[in-house]
Amino acid sequence: MARKLLLEHINVPGINTFDVYRSKGGYAAVEKALKTLTPDEVVEEVKKSGLRGRGGAGFPTGMKWSFLAKPAGVARYLVCNADESEPGTFKDRYLMTYIPHLLIEGMIVASFALGANTSYIYVRGEMMPQIRILEKAIAEAKAKGFLGKNILGTGYDLELYVQPGGGAYICGEETALLESLEGKRGNPRIKPPFPAIAGLYGCPTVVNNVESIAAVVPIINDGGDEYAKIGIGRSTGTKLISAGGNLRKPGVYEIDLGLPVEEFLYSDEYCGGIANGKRLKAVVAGGSSVPILPANLFMKTINNEPRLMSYESLAEGGFVSGTMMGSGGFIAYDEDQCIVRNTWNFARFYHHESCGQCSPCREGTGWMEKVLHRLEYGHGKMSDMDLLVDVSKKIEGNTICPLGDAAAWPVASAIRHFRDEFEWHVTHPHEATTRNFGLAHYADPLPKLEVAAS
Amino acid sequence: MKVTIDGFPIEVEAGTTILNAARLIGGDIVPPTMCYYSKLEGTGGKCRTCLVQVSKGSEKDPRPMPKLVASCRTTVMDGMEVKNITSPEVIEARKGVVEMLLINHPLDCPVCDQAGECHLQDLSYEHGAAKTRYEFDRRTFERIDIGDKIQLHMTRCILCYRCVFVADQITDHRVHGILNRGDHSEISTYIQKAVDNDFSGNVIDVCPVGALTDKTFRFRNRVWFTKPVEAHRECENPKCCGKVTLWYKGEDVLRVTARKDEYGEAEAFICNTCRFYKKKTTDWIIEGPRKVSHKSVISANHYDTLKPLPVVKTNPVLIEANKEQFERETRL
Repeated sequence: MARKLLLEHINVPGINTFDVYRSKGGYAAVEKALKTLTPDEVVEEVKKSGLRGRGGAGFPTGMKWSFLAKPAGVARYLVCNADESEPGTFKDRYLMTYIPHLLIEGMIVASFALGANTSYIYVRGEMMPQIRILEKAIAEAKAKGFLGKNILGTGYDLELYVQPGGGAYICGEETALLESLEGKRGNPRIKPPFPAIAGLYGCPTVVNNVESIAAVVPIINDGGDEYAKIGIGRSTGTKLISAGGNLRKPGVYEIDLGLPVEEFLYSDEYCGGIANGKRLKAVVAGGSSVPILPANLFMKTINNEPRLMSYESLAEGGFVSGTMMGSGGFIAYDEDQCIVRNTWNFARFYHHESCGQCSPCREGTGWMEKVLHRLEYGHGKMSDMDLLVDVSKKIEGNTICPLGDAAAWPVASAIRHFRDEFEWHVTHPHEATTRNFGLAHYADPLPKLEVAAS
Repeated sequence: MKVTIDGFPIEVEAGTTILNAARLIGGDIVPPTMCYYSKLEGTGGKCRTCLVQVSKGSEKDPRPMPKLVASCRTTVMDGMEVKNITSPEVIEARKGVVEMLLINHPLDCPVCDQAGECHLQDLSYEHGAAKTRYEFDRRTFERIDIGDKIQLHMTRCILCYRCVFVADQITDHRVHGILNRGDHSEISTYIQKAVDNDFSGNVIDVCPVGALTDKTFRFRNRVWFTKPVEAHRECENPKCCGKVTLWYKGEDVLRVTARKDEYGEAEAFICNTCRFYKKKTTDWIIEGPRKVSHKSVISANHYDTLKPLPVVKTNPVLIEANKEQFERETRL
């Protein structure tokens, strides 16, 4: 049985209330940090823990905190990025719904470490239930003296606010989030300057994901060294995985980083295997923006070693035979799923969500979506696959923010690994149009799973 | 700080962008820009035409930058080495950007009022492919009048945001901006409001394509049939510099614009009175013919000095005709 650091008390009745959370040892990290540690010591503990940002990029959290500029007389801000909206990712919503005080406790400790006296939790506008839950929890914490003026008599002041976003995916990008928080259109800013130098209202700001901030609580409770003992290599600690798709037991799981993917996928403790006894066809390991992998490449690396649920192992092989941990949005596809339709669906999402500031993303996402649409509906051409790969290359790396990459990678990887399925849509337009297909229509089921090692 | 661009070294002040360092060197190594406008704060970084490759970050950290960077928003570091036209990756990326821009900007020069002055036309000629691979319907819009002097044709807009920055920074109040997002984005006024403040005409000058046009000039002539002349006047508006270019056809001033530098950017902004209402020669103090780059189509048939046209044989009649034409044009 794997340990639980974030979800230990998730099933305790009433854990979303202050009193029950407190009775289970909640807010001990706040007491420890504010009463026995200095802000720098808190930062040092987070550095020691090796915690990497859980929003997708995986940047070391402690290092990010240490970059924060500290000019005298200038306010500093901590902003929690709770704009979770990547298709396939729903772990932050789960945390905020069931154990909101864990996030608030993490916010207090992190704000103290950064010297922030005002902090924000920026929540996606559609998550109105979670917004109400958080507001209630903040009111409870404030009433008990854990927020507001002179917290626990330590002289530290913190006001914490929940800010609903407008509901645009791009507002999950940290600079677009800050623009939105300032009341402007949620367009990404051009970096540099980075938020650590000029963020919210031009002041030094740290933007962290919900899970990253929640993870600060066990790090302070148990010490950074203890946290770093969990996991493998530079992937330390536990990670929430939101597992979905054709799984027998979809849901949010907390795993030790370094868990073999086979165990995660097939053991009864986690996903329990593929639903309805079907075979695994492909996996998107870290949310819709990461490259899709066929089953054989996902289970084992190109060196024939078992693949692990860690940042390094999932990325092994680069984008030729690897993928990314991303935000932990794990989607499994069984043998009946259509990769073309899935790719079109993702492309439709990124086309809809592009902010439109920079030319390659604004025009390229729409172009890819239209080509995929005609492929999906039986009007494609054999040259479309090369066109899509080329357009995705024109977008990748050439945009202001990573949304362009996020739109390009799923398309390029799907064609790289499942090109014959795209070609099948061209050669079988009627079946593609009527949705009367599955892998049973292939002469050889699972034709693309034998990918050459090169 | 010392920076090298395509092998050309130059010393620049700290805080200089790669683009401006390249402009100090000049020539073909200057990256093209569609959205950057040096006179407007915060512009640049959006169109991605000025992408360059940083092959060496600095003396302290010589690692190359992992991605291409927007030269208009990236400041130089000491010892930085930049590749522009010497980088195949940059040329390929720029070609891709041109193709993207042309998706929703038709190269319909025969019917566009910006023909001869269009930056996208130049860009596509220098960096684009002969044809686009985009096969779907382009988006089209009806032309709308945003005020009595300015017409917006969104079909041609490439969303460079320059006009929004002008409205933000030059005019008293902004009533137009970007609506929607992604490739549905469009410039629009706030619920059919007109753009009617004193400096609103400058949105026409900053538009790199033919999306925002001057209704007092629109389709009255092609620019290469007109004669640009530098002029100035004592403008009553203290914020207006009063220095302009008059565009003559015969004895008529067809259009008045701000004076532009070699990168097509206004040297200073002008008020609507100078632009729209002062169209008599007597309103202005004429300074002389405007220098026009020999590469520009506007230079056709304009001469600063008399240079007889090349002929196979000396033709006294033709020489006389040339002299007579030159005198007639210089009178303007």
